[in-house]
Amino acid sequence: MGRWYWRRAYALTALALAAALPAGALAAGCGAKSATPNTKELILATTTSVKDSGLLDQVVLPAFKAAHPGISVKTIAVGSGEAIAMGRRGDADVLVVHSPKDEEAFMAAGDGTLRLPIAYNYFTIVGPKSDPAGVAKAAGAADAFKAIADKGATFISRGDKSGTDTKELNLWNLAGLTADPKGEPPGSWYVKSGQGMGETLQIASEKQGYTLTDVATYLSMKHDLQLVPLLKESPDLKNQYDVVIVSQLKHATANAAGAELLAAYLTSPEGQAAIGAYGLDTYGQALFFPDANTLGATAK
Amino acid sequence: MDLIGRGLVEALRLLVHGDGAVYQIALRSLYVSGIALVLSLAIGVPLGASIALNDFPGRRLAVALVNTGMGVPPVVVGLVVSMFLWRTGPLGFIHFMYTVKAMMIAQVLIALPIVAGLSLAALQQLDAGLRLQILALGADRRQSFRLLLREVRVPLMAAVMAAFGGVISEVGAVMMVGGNIEGQTQVLTTGIVQQTRMGDFAAAISLSIILLVLTFATNYAMTIIQQRGRRVA
Repeated sequence: MGRWYWRRAYALTALALAAALPAGALAAGCGAKSATPNTKELILATTTSVKDSGLLDQVVLPAFKAAHPGISVKTIAVGSGEAIAMGRRGDADVLVVHSPKDEEAFMAAGDGTLRLPIAYNYFTIVGPKSDPAGVAKAAGAADAFKAIADKGATFISRGDKSGTDTKELNLWNLAGLTADPKGEPPGSWYVKSGQGMGETLQIASEKQGYTLTDVATYLSMKHDLQLVPLLKESPDLKNQYDVVIVSQLKHATANAAGAELLAAYLTSPEGQAAIGAYGLDTYGQALFFPDANTLGATAK
Repeated sequence: MDLIGRGLVEALRLLVHGDGAVYQIALRSLYVSGIALVLSLAIGVPLGASIALNDFPGRRLAVALVNTGMGVPPVVVGLVVSMFLWRTGPLGFIHFMYTVKAMMIAQVLIALPIVAGLSLAALQQLDAGLRLQILALGADRRQSFRLLLREVRVPLMAAVMAAFGGVISEVGAVMMVGGNIEGQTQVLTTGIVQQTRMGDFAAAISLSIILLVLTFATNYAMTIIQQRGRRVA
């Protein structure tokens, strides 16, 4: 094989690639426009807190599968931020998230056709038993956060654009420590884990710091953590979960039909009863309070 | 320590009771990584051999690229494959996203540079005279290729084991392209992450033990093939 053989081979390959790339881009463009949704598959993008609580795998999905055996539900658990981004790309058909402001922006941009409340629970501030910042005595979550900042006590944040993270940053803003609701408070006492709730709780336990958590994850990990719940069920800690159907008008590949069936189940009396009953036997308390029938329940 | 003990007990309990879910996850791990390994060998060994045994302009660049490929972070591979397989991506119409097929594609792309790089290094080690002699004795290209591969069996099997180890332990890419969906795309590594996130450390440790045992058993079998008929080097 002389060098001319190879030079010709490279030249031909380069030509072939140069021809294939625009052709491929054209085909991809055409392909995307004429795409139709795969009605046998429903991609549900949800948050790690919902997935880790077990509500979907143990209650919702088995019931849905029994009622609609022809639809295969794929649950992708990421942070609310990423779930909404997936919806915006049309890579998810239905979202179950708890990030009200991002959901509102999503709906306003026309990416979603329907948004309904499903259930709520409360966040809680957990921390070391010694409670150096006096969180247990605070009047509400914003006051508790102010106390933590004043004391400079270690606080572990999710730092991952999840619903919990968004709520937390909002509270720092309400406590007067940041200029905008997406900003982080200054100080080396504020630590970002960038990970899920479970990992963040473990870091808080190891460092004996405070963190904001949903009750379900905390309860499931309680036995391995050296943290106690210090502030519970304050009104500014309400955590509202909503179901959002991705718009098939805007994203041709979205399986809106399947999404509607899931949303219908979640807001139906049977679905709501099943959600409300979840956790009673394992933890002795309900993990979610159903509220699909309350108009205006979608929280600010 | 108590946690590890509980993990061991949980692992034994799961295996003895034949927990269907755990078997399913373990088998899926082996299935995905096994097929990915076979495909990467089918493409990687001839690729490595053609680079090793032929001289062509830009050969050193090709070797450098293959070697760099060995160091590409698997999670980057996962991200790139995702971008192609998303519904809005160029290959979205094949609906591979969040299936085991997507996981196999990602794992093939991770294992391919390892196989190609190590097999090309193995073949380059051979005495140039050996190849000439084989050809001089009348072997055609295919026969000489097979004979040379047999000569490098030891480092070649090492490449196989390195590639297998790389894909069976991989978690970032398969999480991204597979979605870690229970009953569909969950494998041992992503299962461990899920159990840890849920705070069930005993389950996580038991899955880890199962993964280590499986990897050891597979590697032991491959080592037997590698070391057959050999004593000390």
